[in-house]
Amino acid sequence: MDSLLRGEELCLAQLFLQSGSAYDCISELGELGLVEFRDLNPSVNAFQRKHVNEIKNCEEMERILGELASTLSFCCNHRVSVCLQEQLQRLEVELGEVTRNKEKLQKNLLELREYTHMLRITHSFVQRTSEVSYEEFPFLEKDTVMDYSSMQRLGAKLGFISGLIQRAKIEAFERMLWRVCKGYTILSYAEVDEYLEDPETGEPSKSIVFLISYWGEQIGQKVKKISDCYHCHLYPYPTNNDERNDVVEGLKTRIQDLHTVLHRTEDYLRQVLMKASESVYTWVIQVKKIKAIYYILNLCSLDVTNKCLIAEVWCPVNDIANLRRALEEGSRKSGATVPSFVNRIPTSDTPPSLIRTNKFTSGFQGIVDAYGVGNYREVNPAPFTIITFPFLFAVMFGDLGHGLIMALFAFWMVLYENNRKLKNTRNEIWNTFFEGRYIILMMGLFSIYTGLIYNDCFSKSLNIFGSGWSVKAMFTAEMWNGNRFLTLDPNVTGVFKGPYPLGIDPIWNLATNRLTFLNSYKMKMSVIIGIIHMSFGVILSTYNHLHFRKKHNLYLVFLPELLFLLCLFGYLVFMIFYKWLVFSAKDSREAPSILIHFINMFLMQGDGVPPLYPGQTGLQIFLVVIAVLSVPVLLLGKPIYLNWLHNGSQRLGMYRVRGYERVRRNSEEELYLMRANDMEEGSSHSDLSSSGDHEAEEFLHQAIHTIEYCLGCVSNTASYLRLWALSLAHAQLSDVLWAMVMRVGLRMDTRLGVLFLVPVFSLFAVLTVSILLVMEGLSAFLHALRLHWVEFQNKFYSGTGVKFSPFSFSLLPSSFEHDGLL
Amino acid sequence: MAELSFVITMSVVTLFWAIVGGIVPLFIPKGPNRGVIVTMLVLTSVCCYLFWLIAILAQLNPLFGPSLSTDAIWYLRYHWP
Repeated sequence: MDSLLRGEELCLAQLFLQSGSAYDCISELGELGLVEFRDLNPSVNAFQRKHVNEIKNCEEMERILGELASTLSFCCNHRVSVCLQEQLQRLEVELGEVTRNKEKLQKNLLELREYTHMLRITHSFVQRTSEVSYEEFPFLEKDTVMDYSSMQRLGAKLGFISGLIQRAKIEAFERMLWRVCKGYTILSYAEVDEYLEDPETGEPSKSIVFLISYWGEQIGQKVKKISDCYHCHLYPYPTNNDERNDVVEGLKTRIQDLHTVLHRTEDYLRQVLMKASESVYTWVIQVKKIKAIYYILNLCSLDVTNKCLIAEVWCPVNDIANLRRALEEGSRKSGATVPSFVNRIPTSDTPPSLIRTNKFTSGFQGIVDAYGVGNYREVNPAPFTIITFPFLFAVMFGDLGHGLIMALFAFWMVLYENNRKLKNTRNEIWNTFFEGRYIILMMGLFSIYTGLIYNDCFSKSLNIFGSGWSVKAMFTAEMWNGNRFLTLDPNVTGVFKGPYPLGIDPIWNLATNRLTFLNSYKMKMSVIIGIIHMSFGVILSTYNHLHFRKKHNLYLVFLPELLFLLCLFGYLVFMIFYKWLVFSAKDSREAPSILIHFINMFLMQGDGVPPLYPGQTGLQIFLVVIAVLSVPVLLLGKPIYLNWLHNGSQRLGMYRVRGYERVRRNSEEELYLMRANDMEEGSSHSDLSSSGDHEAEEFLHQAIHTIEYCLGCVSNTASYLRLWALSLAHAQLSDVLWAMVMRVGLRMDTRLGVLFLVPVFSLFAVLTVSILLVMEGLSAFLHALRLHWVEFQNKFYSGTGVKFSPFSFSLLPSSFEHDGLL
Repeated sequence: MAELSFVITMSVVTLFWAIVGGIVPLFIPKGPNRGVIVTMLVLTSVCCYLFWLIAILAQLNPLFGPSLSTDAIWYLRYHWP
């Protein structure tokens, strides 16, 4: 518990690592996560450090692994591998080759398939045109063999160009042909039915087979140039049917062969990837570890003999034995003859703060750390926050039904907290809720309790014990006056039978003047809770004063603060309780307003209003005087005391310096010892020469603290009224939701009502969860957090420390998490 | 009569939270979490008891009563004791 209350004690240690075993020792330390390394070469540029080449190699390996990861899509189990870098490079080369081969084969296959399509489709063109030509050129023989060489009788040489073109470009192509060749070409085209893969973009696209017939060679050249321009795939056009059939047969066999080869290549690729995927998880981890170790080695410095590395670490005092054991283990693993060892060194630097938490307390420590990490060994508000934060949340949330739903949700999260899917999603909002599952559970449980006390369950009250108010008694006393509303009078006998034993009486839920009563109750409750919370904060500061051995703070800071707070605001709490206990309905006409009395107390006017109790004026004057007197004590006490201390020691120092040299040397030693002693005690005695500056700084600091504290008392007390405000808002929203949604469904006639109630209830449920649970929950969470961070913690917590971040492999960030590998 | 019920309620609840905050912490087994659990128990009992106490003291001597509509009065006359 001491660790959670205050944080662990840390010390600075020097590690002497033999060069041969340095790597293994640091690897051991990384596994254990014990210590934080300090940078011994802060002035050295990142590129000039000793192990910069090894880090470059690691990054190269990470790149290869990244490429590997992107071609993989499944996760795997572990296997240890050696010679990591060579393996990775070999793997990369192999993969590259196989992929390139595969691409070539696929391109080949595409060409063959295009050729097949082209032949098939132009066959149909030719069939059509052969009939035309049969009519136009009646002198052709009536054989059905298409022999275009007969066209040569016309004296012109007929040529054909055929190929495939993208469907999007065909119209422009046609127009260009017409413009350039002006009718000396005939273009016929048809669309290919299936989608062919476009080799450049890899997307399936539609192609069109075209056949251009032209006269003359120059036209032929022009046509060729145009088709090149439009990126057409040209294929040789067979001149007669037999040739065409041969080509088609040949293509068919070639396509089949190619399919088989492609299939085999894909199988091989898959095998290689599968083998790699079994080890890629381990490789990623290994590379990360190697890189981290080299970073740490860069932080170390060489000692004089150049044989041994020196590292400075912050280590928890309780873990020094573990540290020694880890170094021994590392030395043993590397087979070094001379072991590495650790040496604790004294220091005046402030160590970072380490607070060990478990899965329950880590959430609460997180919300405290979000404000600021505590100074070394100062009191940690987290163990108290575990209860007070959910309690203040519940005061603002206060509904039994909503609290129950919240608690059930959190309970479900806690039950399934080891479920991997819940833990490792990448949804940020869900992660936030999941990390705070214990906080939400506590908030829900406390809300159930406060909902019970507020007697508010989905805006309805529970009547467990029987109400303390009786309507019958009003009838017996014949106080019925025929109005629409009747106010029960507690003065009439039998009407008020006693306070409801558990919380607010259920009759108030039915009353029209409900808010008048509840507002008064809740405001007073907020002030009482606030002042008690703040006093608790002030009292916690004594822990700090006692631990850091600044006993003077107890009398000069803590006592005036407490007196100021209690004399003024503690008296206010007393008056609230007094009025509750002493004044009843009998003298309700004379019931005093506490606020008026409080203001009068400050102005020292007591004449206008009758006193609450005999001797009130005297007591109030006494309290105000004490409070006012404690302000200058708070303001000037500590600076004057410290100044007196300085002056005393300065005189002492001057006396010693005036002595002989031998005495002087002694005195320097003694001064050094004194200073070292002071440092260990934690007091901040300044350098003798600058005591003047320090005095003014102390005074200013204390003046600011005094003003902040005194004004803060008033404003923070008022700030706690948000407990009232939010609980009122929640209750009203809940009431409105019921009245405007559920009641509409419940008022209907039975037969229709049953059907109508289902959508009405679903609307009610959705609005409850989204508005009342999520929105109000977040709002109350925020305000409770603010009350803790500002009003509670500024009484004792400084929160300007640094967090202890040990060198641990489990804490390394991973860039591979984005690929879903880990 | 009313006094008696108030006294009984007061003593029962005070006793309950006193046990939770004072007696139960003595039985928590020694372990790393003992301090945290004891702190939690004590704080819970203090907070919850205070909250309940404020609620009951605020209603002990009411200065005015609830103002009910005629429908509510009719319902309460015949359904509540």
